[in-house]
Amino acid sequence: MVTKLVILLVVVLGILAIAQMMRVYELSSKLTNKQEHEISNRDNNMNAKLMLLFMIVLFGSFIWMILKYGWTGRGEAAAPHGRELDWLMNLNLIIITITFFLTNTLLFFFSYKYVKKEGVPALYYPHNNKLEMLWTVVPACVLAVIIILGLKKWNEATDLAKPEAIVVELFSKQFDWTARYSGVNNKLGYFDYKLTTDNNELAIMTTNTIDSAIYQMESGTTGMEALEAKLNDPNIVMVPEDREKMEADLARKERMIRLLYQMREKHDSELDALAWDDIIQKDTLYLCKNKEYEFNFRSKDVIHSAYFPHFRAQMNTVPGLTTRFKFTPDISTAEMKKIKDDENFNYVLLCNKICGGAHYKMRMMVVVLEEADYNDWMRSKLNKTFKDTYFPQAAPVEQVVEEADVEEVEAGEDNPENEGE
Amino acid sequence: MAAVAHEAHGHHDDHGHHEEHFVSKYIFSQDHKMIGKQFLVTAVFMGVVAMLLSLLFRIQLAWPGESSDFLSFFLGDTWAPGGVMKEDMYLGLVTIHGTIMVFFLLTGGLSGTFSNILIPLQLGARDMASGFLNMLSYWFFALSSLIMFVSLFVETGPAMAGWTIYPPLSALPQAISGSGLGMTLWLFSMAIFIAGSLIGSLNYIVTVINLRTTGMTMTRMPLTVWAFFVTAILGVLSFPVLLSAAVLLIMDRLAGTSFYLSDIIVGGEMLTQHGGSPLLFQHLFWFLGHPEVYIVLLPSLGLSSEIIATNARKPIFGYRAMIGSILAIGFLSFIVWAHHMFVTGMNPFLGSVFVFTTLLIAIPSAVKVFNYITTLWRGSIVYTPAMLFAIGLVSTFITGGVTGIILADAALDIAVHDTYFVVAHFHVVMGLSAVFGMFGGVYHWFPKMYGRMMNTRLGYIHFWISIVGAYGVFFPMHFVGIAGAPRRYYDYSVYADFDISSYNMQMDLNVVITIFAFIAACGQLIFLYNFFYSIWRGPVAVQNPWRSTTLEWTAPVEHLHGNWPGDLPTVYRWPYDLSKPGAEEDFIPQTVPLAEGEEEH
Ligand code: HEM
Ligand SMILES: [Cu+2]
Ligand SMILES: [Cu+2]
Repeated sequence: MVTKLVILLVVVLGILAIAQMMRVYELSSKLTNKQEHEISNRDNNMNAKLMLLFMIVLFGSFIWMILKYGWTGRGEAAAPHGRELDWLMNLNLIIITITFFLTNTLLFFFSYKYVKKEGVPALYYPHNNKLEMLWTVVPACVLAVIIILGLKKWNEATDLAKPEAIVVELFSKQFDWTARYSGVNNKLGYFDYKLTTDNNELAIMTTNTIDSAIYQMESGTTGMEALEAKLNDPNIVMVPEDREKMEADLARKERMIRLLYQMREKHDSELDALAWDDIIQKDTLYLCKNKEYEFNFRSKDVIHSAYFPHFRAQMNTVPGLTTRFKFTPDISTAEMKKIKDDENFNYVLLCNKICGGAHYKMRMMVVVLEEADYNDWMRSKLNKTFKDTYFPQAAPVEQVVEEADVEEVEAGEDNPENEGE
Repeated sequence: MAAVAHEAHGHHDDHGHHEEHFVSKYIFSQDHKMIGKQFLVTAVFMGVVAMLLSLLFRIQLAWPGESSDFLSFFLGDTWAPGGVMKEDMYLGLVTIHGTIMVFFLLTGGLSGTFSNILIPLQLGARDMASGFLNMLSYWFFALSSLIMFVSLFVETGPAMAGWTIYPPLSALPQAISGSGLGMTLWLFSMAIFIAGSLIGSLNYIVTVINLRTTGMTMTRMPLTVWAFFVTAILGVLSFPVLLSAAVLLIMDRLAGTSFYLSDIIVGGEMLTQHGGSPLLFQHLFWFLGHPEVYIVLLPSLGLSSEIIATNARKPIFGYRAMIGSILAIGFLSFIVWAHHMFVTGMNPFLGSVFVFTTLLIAIPSAVKVFNYITTLWRGSIVYTPAMLFAIGLVSTFITGGVTGIILADAALDIAVHDTYFVVAHFHVVMGLSAVFGMFGGVYHWFPKMYGRMMNTRLGYIHFWISIVGAYGVFFPMHFVGIAGAPRRYYDYSVYADFDISSYNMQMDLNVVITIFAFIAACGQLIFLYNFFYSIWRGPVAVQNPWRSTTLEWTAPVEHLHGNWPGDLPTVYRWPYDLSKPGAEEDFIPQTVPLAEGEEEH
């Protein structure tokens, strides 16, 4: 309350002060017969000097910020393509910084130098084709270089990954990330959003998950049977609005269930193997140093964006569309901690597309491990596949992997063609 | 049509001046000068609202989670319980701030004000081609402003999906509370806004084509009019696309269609929509959105061309090249839209094409900058407040333009897309450049609008506080952004979990930015005071205070219906005969015939 009063008081006093100053100023200009549109030499020169001063302050604070916060402040990129992009970024930054200094200097210096002086008329100088040619052609040439280099790097960065790259899916929803490793066969199981149930959050498609989704929709707690029972129960009195909602829900489920039955008809159970060995991982994304990753991105609800600032990678996740990006982490978390001299440093995956209230908290830690550590971790996961965790009762898949192969497989070197057995 | 308009006014003049009703003079006026002023005052009001919103969310960014009386005062218990802003409201404020600033201040306000006031006056026309449509265009604008303003007070909050309102977020009330009634109001407000803007633009185009006075050829038009003309064309071609984007979104929201929606589960509810694409919306939105940024900037460039030439007492350098660049920018701005979508899942090859076209736009932009600078060279500069703002515009146009080059490079955009670097880029070009142009225009043409002068000293103070404050706000944002800070984050606490040094830098700079924001805002209070005080109490203006050449200064100070008391002026020369050798004065109005043996530039 007190603060409010103080703020109010300051504002009122401020306005009064300005008003008072204006009065004095007006009176004095009446006395000297000065008109408002006539700018005195004193005012002119003052502003000219301020122009120069402002330029110095602007440049000074720019340089000071570079010294204090670093040229880009983004730290070393943790992926080879990222370092190339940083090289290009530096080149472009240098070009634009030079342009910035040069043109601003000319602008402010001319503003200072050519302020009105008695007896010096302005030069009548309407055009000069040569000059105009010059500053069309020079920027065009510089831009040509920028375009060519930029497009080259862009093509490399967005190109498909090598076939042996490890495939990982990142699934986004309000407000967290889930990773799905493609498992021993390095192929992700298919998915369809209609298959989403409590024990199949990623809507992965197998014969069992289709059955289970159908069961849920028909006989689950909010399934069609339950809805119908409620709607037909004469003992339940419902607000008309609730009833309408429930009827709409039922109608929607009736449409969905037809599609699910169609899906079951068409589903090829041989594809199940692709899905069963997938590994679902929350909280932390583990990556293996020096292995290329092909990321697939999905979204359950709204658009999110998978932003890996340290790897200079970003791709939106779009509902109804699978997007992709690839990169190869080549500095392990432990090494980066040393480089940064910060024990608590970590890589991270952030959400970078406005997606709702808790958008700013939607992140997943990323840990890059040395190959051996990564394999240890992966081995610990091999008996926690999608099937093991959620559908242990499902028919076993003949997919015997010998212990000896595992290490290779984990790192994605080799793909036993076992998805079609 | 031209003939009819002229005749009507001629007729009017014969009767001399009869008393006008208050309502027809000040409210439902069909006079372009009054309509221009109505646009300006409405825009000033909306601008103040939007600035206030920005101060609210800047407080949250600088001192996250701390209780603030300021916040509880403005947001109340619903949206700032205990003086701490709610997450949803943060996004709501950002959204409405952006929407108002881009559309209501810098599109409606800027074009609406200055196209209205200057097109007829600088072309030597008695009024717009259609006074009635012109009035309608203002009232659409006013109505849409009102709806947008009211949407701030809706119980579930205003629209919260960002000013770009990407679906599905904007389509699903289950995803965020602002996508309920708030979003509906946003869409209706914008639909009305677009209708008004279209009517206005068509009117401007027709006026420029048909109502130029004798001798006013296209290549004798001041650059202001050229800029307004191209702006209006851009608006007519691109706003309908936004309208269709909005209509499809309304259908997705209300009629269960699936233009933008596919395979979505939200709030535990499995939606049946299938086959739509959120990317479709983005294409439609940015097909307007990019021309829109030039709709915002071109009028300011036009205004400052005029201001710089007049106050440097020199012809604008490269008049034809300036027209050429306006046209080139106008054309190119239609084929660059997808540079906002490099990492949205769009085909990367398509991205390459847009890299190319986008970087081309930098060429005409560079030409304009160099021409301004050369205009200053060996000038005889008079520092009116308008001149200060025009020079500020050139400086910020450089600063914001060069960062565009980084963003246009798709490969580099991967890492900076949707970070504060983008925020810095577009605020420097819109929040500084375009706004400076608008301020310059207000100071320069205030005598024409109100017949009185604004206070020069206060104008100086306003400028210097604004440029220091605004650069202080947006310069550090480049650093935060290039280091990787995402935009539209309620706070940066996540950084504390993984990179403390980055976190510290952000917290430092966020406080600095907020302090500068408050300084800049105080500067605007000075402007408001000066503006409203001078409307009623400012010293009376002379007819041609800045010793300018263009036609509006040949019209009397008192506002007449029809602008000129007798015949319309005739034009004999281009508008930039300033400091012409051999002339007596350092300016020759366009109405002065060429002297014996004098060449037209
Ligand atoms: C040299 C000329 C320019 C180039 C090459 C350029 C390039 C770009 C690019 C590539 C982006 C997308 C960045 C991203 O989202 O990652 C962008 C964003 C933007 N630019 Fe520019 N720009 C230029 C001038 C301007 C001007 C003159 C204005 C306005 C007056 C402007 C306003 C904007 C806005 C509003 C956005 C961001 C919209 C948003 O995401 O909310 N730009 N610019
Ligand atoms: Cu998100
Ligand atoms: Cu753009």
